[in-house]
Amino acid sequence: MLMSIYCSKSMRGLLFLFLWLIIPSLHAQLNIEIFGGGASRIPITIVPFAEENRLQQSITPVISADLQRTGLFRLIDPAGSSPHAPVEVVYADWANRGVNALVIGRVTHLSSDQVEIQFRVMDIAKKSQLTGLAITVPTTQLRAAAHRIADVIYEALTGDVGVFSTRIAYVLKRGNKYALQVADADGYNAQSIIEYTEPIISPAWSPDGNQLAYVSFENKKPVVYVQTLSTRERRAVASFKGSNSAPAWSPDGKRLAVVLTGQGGSQIFLVNTDGSGLQRLSRSSSIDTEPNFSPDGRYIIFTSDRGGSPQIYRMPVTTTESSNAERLTFEGNYNVSPDYSQDSKSFTFIHRNNNQFNVAVQEIGSRQVEILTNSKFDESPSFAPNGKMILYATEINGHGILSAVSRDGQTRQQLSVQTGDIREPAWGPLPKWK
Amino acid sequence: MRKLLSIALIVLLSACASQTTQPDVDDLTSGAGNGLSGSDLMGSDSGRPSYFNQLNDPNSILSQRSVFYDYDSYTVASEYRELVLSHARFLRDNPAASVILQGNTDDRGSREYNLALGQRRADSVKNMMILSGAQDVQIESVSLGEEKPRAMGHGESAWSQNRRTDILYRGE
Repeated sequence: MLMSIYCSKSMRGLLFLFLWLIIPSLHAQLNIEIFGGGASRIPITIVPFAEENRLQQSITPVISADLQRTGLFRLIDPAGSSPHAPVEVVYADWANRGVNALVIGRVTHLSSDQVEIQFRVMDIAKKSQLTGLAITVPTTQLRAAAHRIADVIYEALTGDVGVFSTRIAYVLKRGNKYALQVADADGYNAQSIIEYTEPIISPAWSPDGNQLAYVSFENKKPVVYVQTLSTRERRAVASFKGSNSAPAWSPDGKRLAVVLTGQGGSQIFLVNTDGSGLQRLSRSSSIDTEPNFSPDGRYIIFTSDRGGSPQIYRMPVTTTESSNAERLTFEGNYNVSPDYSQDSKSFTFIHRNNNQFNVAVQEIGSRQVEILTNSKFDESPSFAPNGKMILYATEINGHGILSAVSRDGQTRQQLSVQTGDIREPAWGPLPKWK
Repeated sequence: MRKLLSIALIVLLSACASQTTQPDVDDLTSGAGNGLSGSDLMGSDSGRPSYFNQLNDPNSILSQRSVFYDYDSYTVASEYRELVLSHARFLRDNPAASVILQGNTDDRGSREYNLALGQRRADSVKNMMILSGAQDVQIESVSLGEEKPRAMGHGESAWSQNRRTDILYRGE
């Protein structure tokens, strides 16, 4: 009984979690729409794999959707022709139809719950195989296998690393319920990590993709938690007097930058992921928030209003606190929510212009700014791990939806959910085998 | 069913045990260590201090608990001065009483930046209270940013309701 009094408050939350574990949640799926696209798309045909139609989950439609979403490919229908092996490919026919790359393959049913998928990417101009692979997967992992195949095709044809096997996190608000969800990069396989009747904001992926840090308001104020995805175990990492928010992982995964108010103002601190080793990093009489580490861990970019309006600044990560920082943004009077690209050369952020909040990218060296969207209320931009796309939240007809824009601004996609508001997206890291 | 309940109990009790892994707090005054933890807000009616009668008297200014702000402002406007000073005097005269001040903003712009703006609103009320005799330990100022709007929708009539600081007494 003493125990129940001692932790009655946390128990309510835990009971909620427990109930969630035994009651399957409604899995909202995200749909993707493409609005525009670049001029020089790669013409590609993906022939349905032999024996694919016997599977519960088809492979090639998932591959096609993945490639199409990037805006880099033009999909050409196989129009009745269905080669599955190189000897069956009539190169001249495909060349006449303007196809540059042809994807063919075969599914072999090894047992009732395991299949082998063989596929090849044929270069039509060179009349040869560009790449190919055979993978064995359980039938429960067919979407994952399709994403992996899409990654191989993308890498062979663009020279960039593919991000189709990554995951995204976001907050789904339905009625008065908030769910922190993780989904595949195409929006499928959404799973709730935690559900509450109080707001959740600012999810941030650990560099190894095993944990999420986030801010929960379940205790009448913002508190930073870290939760392990596989076990659902979670702990409060920053629960100090005042507000605790804006977690950002150091690239080595050992520390978090957080924003605390307990010493006055909103200031940036470092804390170990077990909540120990608190160290103050910024010292100003202004707001310093939304920290984000450079990929090498040497710098933090953040939002500060020390110059009178919110702008993005950069400071080195040292063992002592610093009141100095280099101002990075100068266009306009509202630039917030910075996120570094993996190559360290640029960052994405939200830029306000004429009461519109849009996704922008700035090159750090040249300070050149590109505004990539034209919507009204964009928030929380987050780079894909290959730097080629940016995931962000926006609003359509009063509802929060996810959207993605290509780095060049040429292709935009909507990832919409049937009911509820989606916000606070964060694009996860590359899987470990990459 | 009994089996299910016992499993539930085991899960909950073991989860309780893991709740003790809270971070150490050396530099900052812990929210949990000085009787200011959030769970105190859920306190029971038994042993409820008598001062709550005064706080909830609709004829008393102490029953008013919200300070509203102009756009982009976090200073306490003159019309709310007496309200804040009354609560400050109440805290001074009742050292066992304590409050949590929740700053709020409208929903335009970054959620985290708005959280920081809401904190500024709560902090300005806290500073005014301390200058008027309340003790620092009696007051925790926090922010809910744009996350808990009182009025929904875009537009000044909703936004003006949402730019505010709420005064909540612990145990109430």
